[in-house]
Amino acid sequence: MNDILNIKRRFLSRKKICKFCVDPNLKIDYKNPEILRSFLNEKGMIIHRKQTGTCAYHQRKLSIAIKRARIMALLPFVADVEME
Amino acid sequence: MFELLKPVKRFRKWESLFIIHPERLDEKDQVLEKIKQIVESKEGKILKIDEWGLRKLAYPIQKKKQGYYVLIEFYGLADLTKDLEEFFRIDERVIRFIIVKLKERFNPAEESAEVKEN
Repeated sequence: MNDILNIKRRFLSRKKICKFCVDPNLKIDYKNPEILRSFLNEKGMIIHRKQTGTCAYHQRKLSIAIKRARIMALLPFVADVEME
Repeated sequence: MFELLKPVKRFRKWESLFIIHPERLDEKDQVLEKIKQIVESKEGKILKIDEWGLRKLAYPIQKKKQGYYVLIEFYGLADLTKDLEEFFRIDERVIRFIIVKLKERFNPAEESAEVKEN
């Protein structure tokens, strides 16, 4: 029984902070790909919010912004393809 | 009572980002002029033009690696985007565009007051 509790405690130890809730000046905007880029992995895929710690509200806004930026070629759909 | 049945003119505010063909930059002013015509035909006005300049694209579009980005902010009657979208789609000088709604209800009289305050 104690083992199970210990395992549970290990997973709960890390506290998650939403970047956008902490700093209200930081706005999610599709025209600003520099901020959005930190929420993509090296392949160009959106990182899920369990890893980044973003809250559900901001993750929703973020995913829309990233998709808009991809349409306008500010962010890549697939990052592996290098332009020659 | 019949005053209620009059059609109400409803204004909205949008912004639009579009990419101009990098090899036809000399025709850039004509594109902007045409957009101005379309906006003004719907009683609107362009509030801001912001040219980002030539930028590298994240992936090639129509085999082009660069594009000239222009951001505009404008308002007009609610069905203005239909005309503007049609123009963007047909025109070959514009390779990509996006239109985003900023305000559902927009009052042109209020806007002029805001400008004066600033």
